[in-house]
Amino acid sequence: MQIRLSGVSKQFGKTVVVRDVDLVIPSGKLTALLGPSGCGKTTLLRIIAGLERPDTGVVLTDEVDITAKPVRSRNTGFVFQSYALFPHMTVAENIGYGLAVRRRPKAEIDARVGELLALIQLETFADRRPHQLSGGQRQRVSLARALAIEPGVLLLDEPFAALDATVRRNLRRWLRRLHDVTHVTTVLVTHDVEEALEVADVVVVMNRGAIEQVGSPNEIRDHPTPFVRAFLDPEDDEPVLEAG
Amino acid sequence: MTLFGVTIVVLLPIAAIVGGLRGIDPATFAQTILSPRVLAAYRLTFGASLIAAIVDAVIGFLIAWVTVRYQFFGRAFLNACIDLPFAIPTPVSGIALATVYANSGWIGSITSRFGIHIAFTQLGVAVALVFIGIPFVVRTLQPAIEALPPELEEASSVLGGSGLDTFVRVLVPVLIPAWLAGFAMAFARGLGEYGSVIFIAGNKPGVTEIVPLVIMTKLEEYDFTGATALAVTMLAASFVLLLAINVLRRHMVSRQVAV
Repeated sequence: MQIRLSGVSKQFGKTVVVRDVDLVIPSGKLTALLGPSGCGKTTLLRIIAGLERPDTGVVLTDEVDITAKPVRSRNTGFVFQSYALFPHMTVAENIGYGLAVRRRPKAEIDARVGELLALIQLETFADRRPHQLSGGQRQRVSLARALAIEPGVLLLDEPFAALDATVRRNLRRWLRRLHDVTHVTTVLVTHDVEEALEVADVVVVMNRGAIEQVGSPNEIRDHPTPFVRAFLDPEDDEPVLEAG
Repeated sequence: MTLFGVTIVVLLPIAAIVGGLRGIDPATFAQTILSPRVLAAYRLTFGASLIAAIVDAVIGFLIAWVTVRYQFFGRAFLNACIDLPFAIPTPVSGIALATVYANSGWIGSITSRFGIHIAFTQLGVAVALVFIGIPFVVRTLQPAIEALPPELEEASSVLGGSGLDTFVRVLVPVLIPAWLAGFAMAFARGLGEYGSVIFIAGNKPGVTEIVPLVIMTKLEEYDFTGATALAVTMLAASFVLLLAINVLRRHMVSRQVAV
């Protein structure tokens, strides 16, 4: 499913967070939204999901205007940095939630949950609760929950930022392999240059609410704009670990 | 240290009550607590407290939700009013409630037209206990609602959940430990409430007489052993009930977070 943003702006109070953005996110690709914190990338992602309403502009999926469509009927997969797992539900119940609220038969839910548990390699954790899992495991559950509804687009908001470096590296490679199997149109928000260049097909660099540069990882690496060059510069891109 | 504090502040006075039982023979004890008048008082006290705590749980949830989630004119004022039942001397509350709910009062004059009499009936007891217990539910739920991560509701709606799904399947289960704690406190307060109830209840023996009043009556008649027998029974019953509610609450909390 292709996503197109046209003339999208958003401000909170007097702060303009997203500034007249035109962007096409190609169908079936993994696109990274890359930029320093506060550049508006998370807000843009939330606008795509419908969690924020843009002040101006439209959001289209496969050229259908969905700007006014309610969040719950968009069939979007969304993964939060904080995982946002339901603390009182088991892993299996969390993954099955989207199907349960669609009133699907229990047998179908169980089957789908089983498939996803296998996909995230947590088959033996079905009856655990989120607080009994590690951060990396929680994020895998969160991803499985998002995929359970067979979303048209998968949106990931800094999904690995709260994890330690090794887990992060493993998870993003796993995400890439997963994408190569599912081919769900995916948008990954990150402030980690290495992460964006390693996993994405298309990298969109944002700066102060506007699109700075769009290209494949190679194009970004070889022909960066001055801002992007400064952002890519190893002196500046100390991998700052921002806790949850 | 904690144990020491609990001992001095709570356990010693309670031990003094239980200690007052010395010298009562079991037959007198049983006769006192099983007399029809006392049994009726127990039924009323526990029944009205339970009903009032349930009503408080419902109204208190609404108040807590609205005062945390919505900005509106007068919110700070409403929020300050919630604690008033704590602050007003209970006889003052009782007289005020009796005035409002009497057949000539603001509310009583309306309800009595439909044949519903509140003041000086068992319903009046429950109404007084609702008033006295409401701050407990509101004040325990408010911080829990404030602490709810917004992502939980967002996750639910992105996954296709309706507002009702989100409320019933996500918010209520996450809030239920705090809700139950508020309910338990409102219930416990109802069991022990004296001041406000006696002005609205009418205090007819066997009908609108609550246990604390029976205890007071016995004290005024210098029947100290009788009063002690009632007090100890009340204490034991309250303790068992509150313990049960707390165990249930602990169980629910432990499903959600590591303890």
